[in-house]
Amino acid sequence: MNQIPMFKDDTIIAPATPPGEGGIGIVRLSGPGAEDLLLRFFSPSRVSARLDSHHLYHGILRDGAGQPIDEVMAVLMRKPRSYTREDVAEIHCHGGTLVLRRILDVFLSGGARLARPGEFTFRAFVNGRIDLTQAEAVIDLIRSRSQLASDVALDQLKGRLAGKIQEFRGRIADLLAEIEAAIDFPEEDIELDTEQVLGTKTGSLLADMDQIISSFDSGRLLRDGLNILIFGRPNVGKSSLMNSLLGEARAIVTDIPGTTRDTIEEDLVLAGIPLRLVDTAGIRNTDDPVEQEGVRRARIKVDSADLILLVVDGSVGLTEDDFLALEFCREREVLVVQNKSDLGCLPIPEVLEGFSVVNVSAREGNGLDELTKCIQERFSGDGKAADVRETVVLTDRRHRQALLHAREALSRFRTLLTRGISPEFGAVELHEALDAVGEITGETTPDDILDRIFTKFCIGK
Amino acid sequence: MAGYGKEYEVIVVGAGHAGCEAALASARMGCSTLLLNMHLDAVAQMSCNPAIGGLAKGHLVREIDALGGEMARVIDATGIQFRTLNTKKGPAVRATRAQADRRAYQMHMKQVVESQPNLDLKQGSVVRLIMQGEKVCGVETADGLCFYGQSVVLTTGTFMRGLIHVGLQHFPGGRAGEPASMGLSDHLSELGLRVGRLKTGTPARLDGNTINYDGLEPQYGDFPLTPFSVDTKEITTRQVPCYITATNAKTHALIREGLDRSPLYQGVIEGVGPRYCPSIEDKVMRFPDRESHHVFLEPEGLDTCEVYPNGVSTSLPPDVQLAFLRTIPGLENVEIMRPGYAIEYDFVDPVQLQPSLETKIIKGLFLAGQINGTSGYEEAAAQGLMAGINAVQALRNLPPLLLGRDQAYIGVMIDDLVTCGTSEPYRMFTSRAEYRLLLREDNADQRLTPIGHRIGLVTEKRWSRFSEKMKQIECGRNLLEVLRLAPSDQENLHRLGLKELKNGVSLAQLLRRPEVEFDDIVFADERLAGFSVDVREQLQIEIKYEGYIARQQEVVDRFRRSEQVVIPDDMNYSEIDGLSTEVKEKLNKVRPVSLGQAARIPGMTPAAVAILSVLLRRK
Repeated sequence: MNQIPMFKDDTIIAPATPPGEGGIGIVRLSGPGAEDLLLRFFSPSRVSARLDSHHLYHGILRDGAGQPIDEVMAVLMRKPRSYTREDVAEIHCHGGTLVLRRILDVFLSGGARLARPGEFTFRAFVNGRIDLTQAEAVIDLIRSRSQLASDVALDQLKGRLAGKIQEFRGRIADLLAEIEAAIDFPEEDIELDTEQVLGTKTGSLLADMDQIISSFDSGRLLRDGLNILIFGRPNVGKSSLMNSLLGEARAIVTDIPGTTRDTIEEDLVLAGIPLRLVDTAGIRNTDDPVEQEGVRRARIKVDSADLILLVVDGSVGLTEDDFLALEFCREREVLVVQNKSDLGCLPIPEVLEGFSVVNVSAREGNGLDELTKCIQERFSGDGKAADVRETVVLTDRRHRQALLHAREALSRFRTLLTRGISPEFGAVELHEALDAVGEITGETTPDDILDRIFTKFCIGK
Repeated sequence: MAGYGKEYEVIVVGAGHAGCEAALASARMGCSTLLLNMHLDAVAQMSCNPAIGGLAKGHLVREIDALGGEMARVIDATGIQFRTLNTKKGPAVRATRAQADRRAYQMHMKQVVESQPNLDLKQGSVVRLIMQGEKVCGVETADGLCFYGQSVVLTTGTFMRGLIHVGLQHFPGGRAGEPASMGLSDHLSELGLRVGRLKTGTPARLDGNTINYDGLEPQYGDFPLTPFSVDTKEITTRQVPCYITATNAKTHALIREGLDRSPLYQGVIEGVGPRYCPSIEDKVMRFPDRESHHVFLEPEGLDTCEVYPNGVSTSLPPDVQLAFLRTIPGLENVEIMRPGYAIEYDFVDPVQLQPSLETKIIKGLFLAGQINGTSGYEEAAAQGLMAGINAVQALRNLPPLLLGRDQAYIGVMIDDLVTCGTSEPYRMFTSRAEYRLLLREDNADQRLTPIGHRIGLVTEKRWSRFSEKMKQIECGRNLLEVLRLAPSDQENLHRLGLKELKNGVSLAQLLRRPEVEFDDIVFADERLAGFSVDVREQLQIEIKYEGYIARQQEVVDRFRRSEQVVIPDDMNYSEIDGLSTEVKEKLNKVRPVSLGQAARIPGMTPAAVAILSVLLRRK
């Protein structure tokens, strides 16, 4: 059920600009409900009964309870004079990630659906807006965006959240297995959970889901798609650089313990860009097996990094181990950070020519602004990075939306249980919940449920 | 090689539950039809338990009946115990099950086949297909006889390269006491079809005269009886009970001791068996905490003392079988008449079929039943019916009859088989149907009789009865909306147990209340009393479950849209740049007929579906 192909009877939404602090962000809606949705949440400054097409209006965007979210400009483009040839609404807001997310949430709760990768272009194509000969281009777009989305989703799913959502899926599937066993095997001599037990299990599942959903709302689980690796030989001040950057960050969103004891990862938003900062073990030639392992792991991280901050000690000049570290990351995007500028700065050695170099003092906090600016510049001009950031916000919202949807279905299931309604109706709700989390974890097929039944119960009259 | 001298339009190989339905459908649709079986005394044989129906299977039988198939009428004529399962649950998951008199069932079906015009029943064991290029044009039997026909339906059951295991002994056989069909599956492989191996099993048959029923719990059928077929007015066969007993710790100990001679546990059996129908040795080993397993003693017929002990299927050696059976209460002195056994057989991977059940590579060749990897009489019969219908449609150059997942369990089953294949014997469960609330036993006629009538399998007599029922339902529906109960009508409020009404309500609104049944509101208008039980039932279900039915209908509407995007036969997946090699392989293997089917192929990504959807719109 997850793979119902794209169809154009509903209203989709996505940010049209990559989110970033400070700039302007655009959220775009397309579909039959675009106008209604806009009118519901947007109050123009100059009251008018009807919005004129292709006119920019100033006003306030409010949430469902009428609380203002942001001062925005909004435009409605009635079909067919729009990018998708459907009714399109655009909201130009202050481009912060938080604002964008709240605006998305408001429209999602109003019934819009998050666009799938390339879906706006897909609709433009379906509606004849894009020439048929451009179909290949549409396919390319869908493919690359989908790949990116699944990469990011996968990346995000490696953490704690992934485990949680998989666990939710398992628990819903177990409930469904109980229900389906009761329906399909009434003659079998098997011990099924009573409605009361099912109710208790559902209740605790709902409570656990609520906890995760609320952590989404507080933003603690906003994940990054961009990996920045802090790399270099021992004792050049990598950890203090990490700490300083974290101090600069507007929000430390979560602390994920490193997968090894010698890399530490932190998520943060720096200059509006969600990042994951990874601190690694010092690189050097060593015979100590424990240290060798740390070096090996640090090198693995190099390959998955979007940017490497190669830290050197500007006060003492390059050592053999610095060269070793440089060798490891030569092929990658590198920004050289000459640390300890407070202790004096040697001239930049020849070997580092061609690299961007920033002087900082992590201890004193000097040069961090410049470093932040450099990082920002690295990503803002880069289309891929912009795509990644958009995908990150969308994936984050997708996960939240999926959980909310599953939660609603589950709570309807609980109501049916208490009212003693025949189990096949509850199964409809559980299926809906499974389909919802399936947007994240992948589909749960009838065979998966049958597997659970045959594993748990001795079936075979 | 000798020709038989008579040419047929459709040849059906195998006269089991699939073959009989296929041949009857073809003959009734007006095609000259030949039905071949290896042994004419084994037509419509029940190789395993003597019962028809149950959850999802009962649904299939009703669907077969609604389309104009035979199974429902035969079991109605020969059933010796009828029960409705899940009576305390909602209408969608209620199902009918009947114990059959095995011999009477066979004889009855054979008679129907024999008296069917256009249909010849002959004995013969088919070893080869006669080919004309890539098209089948007949079959050759082991006697060297050639029969020519335009379409061939193969329903080989467990006979292809059948290998029977009793303990560590094994020998070729298609069923206890019957030879296997050798050569046909090799021939199919040579023609390019992928063949795999499955396993199933059956318990010993017991001498009822040596069973002590005192102290065993009897299980009686329902009264009044609910028949399967809309044609059956009443069930006249004598009804008998089953008895329930159970295994115990001693039984399990003997089974464990015998495992060194179990073909299953000694690795002799290579075929994959069904998870939902494990042998007793499997149950004991996989669920060691269970101290006891139910055993249902089912009579095999009214004129025989043979008893089928449901729940103790086994391939242990006969001495172990006898020893463990005698530990079971009631069976202390039991005699085995036929030992239980496991059987391995060849099947054809069903993803090689089109949704019409015609093979993709051999034109005119249709497969139905266990040869497609399914298990169960009802599953077989349903496929047989569809294969028979589509064999006729094909030779008349008409489009095949394809049932959607939203229309019938038959549609769910065939779509599952041709889209996903199967790795174990496939059995129908209601949980496989995503639109379960719409696919009920009680509305099978509404779903499928118009289709059966259109293709010519539903008689005019039945059609006019059905049309009358539909008219009544519509009329009743209007009445219930129009007739109202006023707040002032104290007498009738009281009668319904209602305290007070603020506003007047329609009878339909009243019926939506959980505690109100149709029969409670009949008093309101004499016209209501005139509706038959069937019509009342439909009105009640449609009104009471309206909300849920409407909700599923919405999902169905979405589902249909992607089913309607047709993928052309000559779609070249290898040329599509955007698809991964893995996805291309899957698409090439299944060759889906619609975008919806493509999306259901295991391992398809949403991106791949989106890309296909773009391409299909370009064409």
